[in-house]
This record gives sequence, structure tokens and C-alpha cells, in this order.
Amino acid sequence: MLAWLNPPASERRLLPGGRLQGPTPYVIAIMMFVTIIVAAAGLALANAADIVARGVENRYSIQIADGARAAPRAIAAARAAPGVADVRPVSEQALRRTLERWLGPAGLGADLPIPALIDVDLAPGASSEVVARAVERAVPGARFVAHRTSLDPLLRAIRAMQWLALALVVMMVLATSAAVVLAARGALDTNRPTIDVMHGIGATDDQIARLFQRRIALDALTGGLGGGAAAGLILLFVAGGGSAMIHDLAGGAALGLGDIALLMALPLAGAALATWVARRAVLKALRDAL
Amino acid sequence: MRELRRTGAFVASGGQILATIVEFDSVGLRYGTGAEVLRDLDFQLAEGGFYFLTGPSGAGKTSLLKLLYLAQRPTRGRIRLFGQELSEAPRDALPAFRRRIGVVFQDFRLIRHLSAFDNVALPLRIAGKTEAEVEGPVREMLAWVGLADRASARPPTLSGGEQQRVAIARAVIAQPDLLVADEPTGNVDSEMAARLIHLFEALNRLGTTIVVATHDMGVIADVPGAQMVRLESGAMVDPTGALRHPPQPPAGRR
Repeated sequence: MLAWLNPPASERRLLPGGRLQGPTPYVIAIMMFVTIIVAAAGLALANAADIVARGVENRYSIQIADGARAAPRAIAAARAAPGVADVRPVSEQALRRTLERWLGPAGLGADLPIPALIDVDLAPGASSEVVARAVERAVPGARFVAHRTSLDPLLRAIRAMQWLALALVVMMVLATSAAVVLAARGALDTNRPTIDVMHGIGATDDQIARLFQRRIALDALTGGLGGGAAAGLILLFVAGGGSAMIHDLAGGAALGLGDIALLMALPLAGAALATWVARRAVLKALRDAL
Repeated sequence: MRELRRTGAFVASGGQILATIVEFDSVGLRYGTGAEVLRDLDFQLAEGGFYFLTGPSGAGKTSLLKLLYLAQRPTRGRIRLFGQELSEAPRDALPAFRRRIGVVFQDFRLIRHLSAFDNVALPLRIAGKTEAEVEGPVREMLAWVGLADRASARPPTLSGGEQQRVAIARAVIAQPDLLVADEPTGNVDSEMAARLIHLFEALNRLGTTIVVATHDMGVIADVPGAQMVRLESGAMVDPTGALRHPPQPPAGRR
């Protein structure tokens, strides 16, 4: 099926010049580099969003405005409710540290009412409404709040960036395809005398297209692997810090093995796409001649 | 039979009565929206014949040859080649017919970056022959045109006459049924012109129909058995009517 990639020497001689003589491999290398970086960022964001979402999926907080006096009743009610895996009151010191970031040390006077905050983890599949009702019965006015509610804006922003990354990848693919079409047409124009002679003595469009698709496939593969290797180095060394940050924030790896395999497949997929696009462009251009 | 020999439309140079290889029926050709460069062409060429196409510059000789070697479609009329209607044949069908036609272009159209050997081998390779099947015939053909020792030379390093012979070798290597040559002697001296015409005669004796466009009356005189087809202002001059209404071949032959 891929015999056209390794034709006889006589067929290779039909198009003069070797690889890497035109701008095509370099353009494809740059496109592939950017595509892989953007795709990696998109995948990392997707993973981070998943990890964050999973982390808070079953986590809730009981918020009691008038503070510590009612907290034990709420804790007891929560622990007694079905499907509750863990109940952890947040210490007043921890709450004050958090508030100090917003209000400053001067804002934290002794008379500042500090609400009570209790973290509740539900078992998978447990009903949050049942727990909320139990807490409400024990402490009227207490709020039972899902963590994901407060993280929703962040998750939405991450998902939006993920879609933006996907859109950028699609645009890079389209730009690469356009570059390949231009390269194929340029190659056709450059080799027009050879093509005319070949057509005149009975070459089929397919035979001629094969010459160009091989040339562009090798250019695309060379450029794609070059761009892919450069992107891989960047991801390994420069983006290591970012990966560590995501790990710290979200508690998981920025890119999984599947993601890395997908990114490594991009140069090959790019070469395959470039070959197909070049073949279509050449066949379309040849159809204009008799 | 004597009458057929006199009119000659179906008489090959060897005297055999053969079938029609080319048939033009009310053919006209115009480029774009311009005036017709060829009009009302009605003629038939016999298989195995040797034809000279003559006429003043601009008469439409090259355009007629382009129709013959399928580089152009007629804008009206019908063309039958090798017994098949080709005027509206799909593009995909044309390569198979082109492989049966050898063309010697006026400007040779050799591929500059390929050696003489590779240029001559091109039709065989396009036809799918293996390198083992290509090597012998190409060496033999280069020897036949006197270029055995220039096989690896590229066209820019060859003289005009040598390029001409490479072009002819390329045109005939696949033993075409029809050979079309546009002013093949236009760029060579008279001695080389005579040699080239003798090459065509030898090929014609092997059964190939030859159509040569030329201004050179001396060349035409060198092939006494050939017929002359004259174009003037895009129309065929056929005072005897032999090309327009040729005698029919005997039953059972095409």
C-alpha cells in the first residue's frame, strides 16, 4: 500500500532536486511545532479540569453564619446522615488566615464574627439533598453548599480555553493544508514541462500525482518530525514547571500516556494529511489539462 | 487494386491495403473565442501509411497534429482513432490511446534533467515495463539512432541533431501504431534530415503509420510512396477528393 513511498530510482529521477530544497518542510515543521504545543496545552487543561472536577465532585461545605455554637449540632447531623464519608470542621485559625488575605490584619478584629465551616465528603452516589435536609433540620439557616458550585466559573474558563486550543489546532491544520496546496501547485508549475511530456506519452493522472505526493509526503514527514521533536523538547524541559504546577494544583499529571501517544502521532497524522491534500491538489490541477 | 494504389488513401507505402487508423469528420478547432484555426476537416488515414502534412506557416499544421496526438479536443466534428470515437471520450480513457501514439515535437520536449537513456525509456516505464524490460530495447534504440555512446548525456549537453534523435527514439521506443512528427527536420542539416526520414521509413516498414508536418519539399521527395496532405488557412486542400472520400477497404478488413 505504501510502495509509492519507495519507487524505483528511475521514477525518483523524474522530479529534479532533493528534499528540504523548498520551504515546505520548514513551514510544516513550524506548523507542527505550534500545533503540538497548543494541543499539549489543550490536553493539559482538559486533564486539569477533569482532575479538579473529580476532586470536588462529592465535596460539600456546611456554612453557619453565627459560628461555633451551632457547629457541633451540624457535625453530628451530618455524620448521622446516610452516605456521608467524612466530616471535617475547618478550624477558626484556618478561616482567619483565609480572611486575612482578603481583609488584611487590621480587618480581623476580635469582634469580627467568624462563620463556622465544615467540609463534608459524600460517598459516591450518595444524595446531597438528604444530607442537606438533615443539616437544615439540626441547624436552621445553615447552608449546605457544593464545592463545584464555587468552582464552576473556573471550570467553565478552563473548558473555554480547551475549546480555544482545539480551535487553534484546527486552524493550524487548515493553514498547513493551505501551505501544502500552495507547495503542490508550485511544484506542479515548476515541473510543468515534465508533466506535459509525461501526459503526452500516456502517463495517467495517478502516475503523475504519485510523484508529487511522495515528494510532499517526505517533506511533510521530515518537517513534521522536526517540528514534533522541537515541541517535545519544549514540553519536556521548558514546560516542566507548568506541569509541576498543574500537578500541585490539581493533584495529577498534566499529560497522561494516552495524551503523549496522541501528541507523538500528530507528525505522522500531519504527514498523512499533507500527502492526501497534496494528492487532491495535484489531481485537481491535472484535471484542468486534457 | 490499381485504382486504390492511384488514389492512395488506403495504401500503405509497402502496397498493403489496410484499415483506417485516423478518421476526421467535419472537424473544427478554435482556441478560446477566437476564429477557427481548423475547419471542416474530413479525411481518413490508412493504417501503415506515410503522410506528409504541408502548408504555409499558420495554416494549422501544428493544431492538426495536436488533435492527432490528443493534446486538444476538436470544438466540433468527430475524430475516430484506432477505430474508436475520441472526440468526447472521458479524460481517463486518453492515456491508453496516447501510449499508442509516438510524438516528435518541433522543440523536442526532452526532459532536461534526465539522461538520454531515461528520456528514451520514459514511454516504456510509463507503460509499466520493469527495468529489465527497459534496458535492452532502450540501448538498442539509442544504437539505432547512433547515440549508443551518449546514453548518459543530458539534453543540454547534446547537439540539436542528437536531441532530435533522442526525441525520435523516445517517440518510437514503444512501437507506436501512429507516429506524429512536427517539423522533425526543422532544426537539422540536410544530411541529418535525410537520416531522420530514413528512420521514419524504416519504422513505417515495421507497420507504424507516419504523419510528418514539414515545409521541406526535399524531405517529401525523399519518400516517394508517401502521400501529401496540404492545409491552407485551416482547411484541407484535397483536389482529388481521395482523402475526403477514400475507397473502402475489402470486406473483413478494417
